Amino acid sequence: MEFAELIKTPRVDGVVLRRPFLPTVEGTLCLTGHHLILSSRQDNTEELWLLHANIDAIEKRFVGSLGTIIVKCKDLRVIQLDIPGMEECLNIASSIEVLSTLDSVSLMYPLFYRPMFQVIEDGWKSFLPEDAFKDLESMTEEWRLSDVNKDYSVCSSYPPLVAVPKDVDDDTLRKAAAFRHGGRFPVLSYYHKKNGMVMMRSGQPLTGTNGRRCKEDEKLINATLRAGKRGYIIDTRTVSVAQQAKARGGGFESEANYPQWRRIHKAIERSSILQESLIKLVEACNDQSHSMDRWLSKLEASNWQTHVKEILTTACLAAQCIDREGASVLVHGTEGTDSTLQVTSLAQIILDPACRTIQGFQALVEREWLQAGHPFQQRCSQSAYSNSKPRCEAPVFLLFLDCVWQILRQFPCSFQFSQHFLVLLFEHTYASQFGTFMGNSASERSKLNLSQKTVSLWSWVNRPQEVERLSNPLYEANCLVIWPSVAPQSLLLWEGVFLRWKRSSRCLDEAYDEMVHIIQYNKELQNKVNNLRRQLGAGEQED
Amino acid sequence: MEHIRTPKVEQVRLLERFSNKSTSGTLHLTATHLIFVESNNAATTAAQEIWILHHHIASVEKLSLTTSGCPLVIQCRNFRVVHFVVQRERDCHDIYSSLLRLLRPVSYDELYAFSYNPKQNEQQREEGWQLIDLGAEFERMGVPCDRWQLTDVNRDYKICETYPRDLYVPITASKPIIVGSSKFRSKGRFPVLTYFYQEKKAAVCRCSQPLSGFSARCLEDESMLQAISKANHNSRFVYVMDTRPKLNAMANRAAGKGYENEDNYSNIRFQFVGIENIHVMRTSLQKLLEVVGSRFLSVNDYLLGLESCGWLRHVKAVVDAAIFLTKAVTVEGASVLVHCSDGWDRTAQVCSLGALLMDPYYRTIKGFMVLIEKDWISFGHKFADRCDQLDGDPKEVSPVFTQFLECVWQLTEQFPQAFEFSEWLLLQIHEHVHSCQYGNFLANNQRQREELQLGDRTHSLWAFLLREQQNYLNPAYCPTYADTHPVLEPSTLPCHFKFWRNMYHQFDRSMHPRQSVLKNVLTLKESNCKLEDTIKDLEARLQKHGISPPTPDPQASPRDQRILPTRPHSLILEAPLSRKEAQRQQEEEEEEVGEEVTECCSDTERTVEGSSGTERKESYSDLQGTYGAKAEPAVVSLEFGVARMTC
Repeated sequence: MEFAELIKTPRVDGVVLRRPFLPTVEGTLCLTGHHLILSSRQDNTEELWLLHANIDAIEKRFVGSLGTIIVKCKDLRVIQLDIPGMEECLNIASSIEVLSTLDSVSLMYPLFYRPMFQVIEDGWKSFLPEDAFKDLESMTEEWRLSDVNKDYSVCSSYPPLVAVPKDVDDDTLRKAAAFRHGGRFPVLSYYHKKNGMVMMRSGQPLTGTNGRRCKEDEKLINATLRAGKRGYIIDTRTVSVAQQAKARGGGFESEANYPQWRRIHKAIERSSILQESLIKLVEACNDQSHSMDRWLSKLEASNWQTHVKEILTTACLAAQCIDREGASVLVHGTEGTDSTLQVTSLAQIILDPACRTIQGFQALVEREWLQAGHPFQQRCSQSAYSNSKPRCEAPVFLLFLDCVWQILRQFPCSFQFSQHFLVLLFEHTYASQFGTFMGNSASERSKLNLSQKTVSLWSWVNRPQEVERLSNPLYEANCLVIWPSVAPQSLLLWEGVFLRWKRSSRCLDEAYDEMVHIIQYNKELQNKVNNLRRQLGAGEQED
Repeated sequence: MEHIRTPKVEQVRLLERFSNKSTSGTLHLTATHLIFVESNNAATTAAQEIWILHHHIASVEKLSLTTSGCPLVIQCRNFRVVHFVVQRERDCHDIYSSLLRLLRPVSYDELYAFSYNPKQNEQQREEGWQLIDLGAEFERMGVPCDRWQLTDVNRDYKICETYPRDLYVPITASKPIIVGSSKFRSKGRFPVLTYFYQEKKAAVCRCSQPLSGFSARCLEDESMLQAISKANHNSRFVYVMDTRPKLNAMANRAAGKGYENEDNYSNIRFQFVGIENIHVMRTSLQKLLEVVGSRFLSVNDYLLGLESCGWLRHVKAVVDAAIFLTKAVTVEGASVLVHCSDGWDRTAQVCSLGALLMDPYYRTIKGFMVLIEKDWISFGHKFADRCDQLDGDPKEVSPVFTQFLECVWQLTEQFPQAFEFSEWLLLQIHEHVHSCQYGNFLANNQRQREELQLGDRTHSLWAFLLREQQNYLNPAYCPTYADTHPVLEPSTLPCHFKFWRNMYHQFDRSMHPRQSVLKNVLTLKESNCKLEDTIKDLEARLQKHGISPPTPDPQASPRDQRILPTRPHSLILEAPLSRKEAQRQQEEEEEEVGEEVTECCSDTERTVEGSSGTERKESYSDLQGTYGAKAEPAVVSLEFGVARMTC
């Protein structure tokens, strides 16, 4: 299929672009296979380049022969295009509709994108499991890297290499995999250097209604316990949801078969409910009503902050079991690809200072989300405005980012990155020129040969100028465990995402710049003082 | 002292408000304070101390006896809530009954301000009172001028005893007009100037409601408004803003009061604004505090509680009114007369907030003090009644001034560069409005203050705050912001109004961010000034040696050589309660996670690894000798301040 067939009117002049808090731009609108471009064709004026993939929904309106298209983007921005000419407007609208909903992976933009920047370090090779394991090896000898899944046959959503207890052979892993949802047998997620405790994750055990058991699975997870120690299983579902799962072949670990483990149930919602929550939240934020009661009740009804609190609380619990109780932890929900990953990755942010650096956070996302098989493509194909019926869409990763932002707000000096990095990740999970978030698992990405055919987001992010832009000027390495407050009064609405387009951010940006300036000036002055002292010292010696 | 039966009770437990933790210690009762001193179990650290001024205590409650002792819950006006458990019921009762008497002073002489002595000499004290000069303030606005003059009708508080002596009125308003108008206004509070917008010669005036009943009119009052209108050539009419809801204003007519009838006043535009009265505000804040004070609060209950208590709705109503006022004055160039019922609550809120939006001067530290002095203190906001300084009518108590401070805070959140001060100033002012430690806010009006001879017998808060003003600076403040944004235009979308956690949970440390950007940046800014001095000094010494200073080269030294200045302890937020607390804060930035997650956590003492204090030391460069050794800036925490001064 050629894109040209889908573009009936590639160019319209005299189009007016209206955006809140920004000047209107009049210019020429062009449609290409992947972009909607509006340019005033004058020097020094901003051009709008919008990826079709970023468009969540459009609305058409007509007044006489003047057509208006309201474009609602997945990054929650809403823009308005006034297009003279009814036919042009209809053509543009229908082209956008088709181009923004193309399903075929082979037509996706990352496969066409050629970087305009020099790739210094190939992001596809920056975070290989082998390298991560080397770090682990330096700390403990109790684990090994297994290639039991090298052809993705044991678990289609796992990477080829996973870390498992040294004493457990591949055959046991295969049998345990058969007992776990989606073949997701328990694997190592995090090793707590301080006390040698570990966090593992998996899919639910397939106990079914008649309480099936699997000796190999029991052996596998017991192998992670020290003699005489107990562990915790954190099930991200409520007891009743976990009970119901039995009817569909799933279930949870019974006390009888797992006597060394204590099970704790938490209540993190399933994906469809989270998507609904996002839609309601964005609607509340876009409401132009001036009624305080309406805003608060809509905010409450969206339940978004409740989800944030639940996820954070569960992550804190996991971290607490490991750090305070000195116990190992296994985390799972149903599939083990959503709430499980929220918990394991946030717990690492809390426990491990390395995850709070720019590189470390990328490694975390790579390890705990991409390699761990979070189905990004399914979860992020629609955002809050889409009219079509959601299938598997859910803001699971966005909620994770929101939770990270909450911790960042409470520990503003402990993260090497600023919230810009989190916003950037949010944008790129929904629409991107990079191949990083394409596909649903390592196996899909390898089949598409993305590492050869696309550029990695990390290649872009790790250039010095981008690192600087994403850096937190207040950062001071803090090697402590950071315990966030999860009281409702401590949790805030993430304005940087949800109110980003609803207010003029100029005041806030300028204040931020001023702060950066003070910090930089301080460094300059200190350097100068050091130099002067050195000079003075040298001068006095000569005397 | 005769009210104190048991000055000291040992083995008292202090329960933490939002967790299951507790500390034990000794409770001391002094003439001015209730003090809790944690028992010193670890020899290396100093004990935590909590000092509570009697004036700050809003209520004391003795709960029913439990197996572990007798619980005593104390709620403070600065929103601190402490929960003690006293072992012996009799001790608890003694403390309880002593406090009941102590927190209800019956005469002004019992207030702390009259015994408080910060070791100042008489001259300093007097100078403190002269810092704010309202005459000079009106001059700054450009008054008196060819249209407005100072009148001496109230020199002896004869026309209106709740107004100040010096009042500004239109030149054309003769004495009979003033007197006539004052007789037609509730409590004699006739229309007077409170702010003059020089650029358009438009005036903001304030008064109380007219005694119009259903049909009464007063020619002098009509002439008065006519005179205000005539004093402004930009607009043919004066806006009259009645800040009450229409229904309340109408109900007042039955009592012979009411609102201006547009038919009788030839040139007014009348407008209701709909801010609720003091009773609604009191109940609203009470409900808010109940909601946020509950343990194991869910997000949904929190948001529903925020909605149903209506507090943010009321805050927004006040800001909305101030925006209306500002637009009328700055855009239309019209003069505005603001009133409510008596013209000392809602009127003060709207006038002062409007002036803050219009005039960048009020967004400076000194200017903000002037604004409060003018619109609140001098024009007779009844601080004594509203803040319950003496044992009075509980129905007169209302958080009107707190609400004003919150409105200001909401604005500082929207305009982070526009204000010279940070929220610490607002919190500190709030603290002292209730502490009765300084004379400024005592009594209900200027006349009473003069009778109490506060200027001779007490100290001024403004002097204290100005002396410490480096602590209240907003590091992001940009003085040139006023040039580009002389008038602030805040958004009134509800999502921009937030719960002020740092006010209502000021003392609930577990809820605050563990690291403060404000504090950090403020410290860096202070250190920048010192470094600049050091550079000058070093350059001078170099020159003596005949070496010319090097050209600046920011790349010259590697990043890890940076010097980290010692941080001052904050004032209120994260205020170290004692040295032990401070030390603990520095050593570990860890803190217990909220309620639910503690279910599997035993109460074992946690170990601190990698104390950030020692780490920081390593990153000090060769400069440490100079800077590390220098005494920290003398920042006094609230409890500290009080403690030092009384001990």
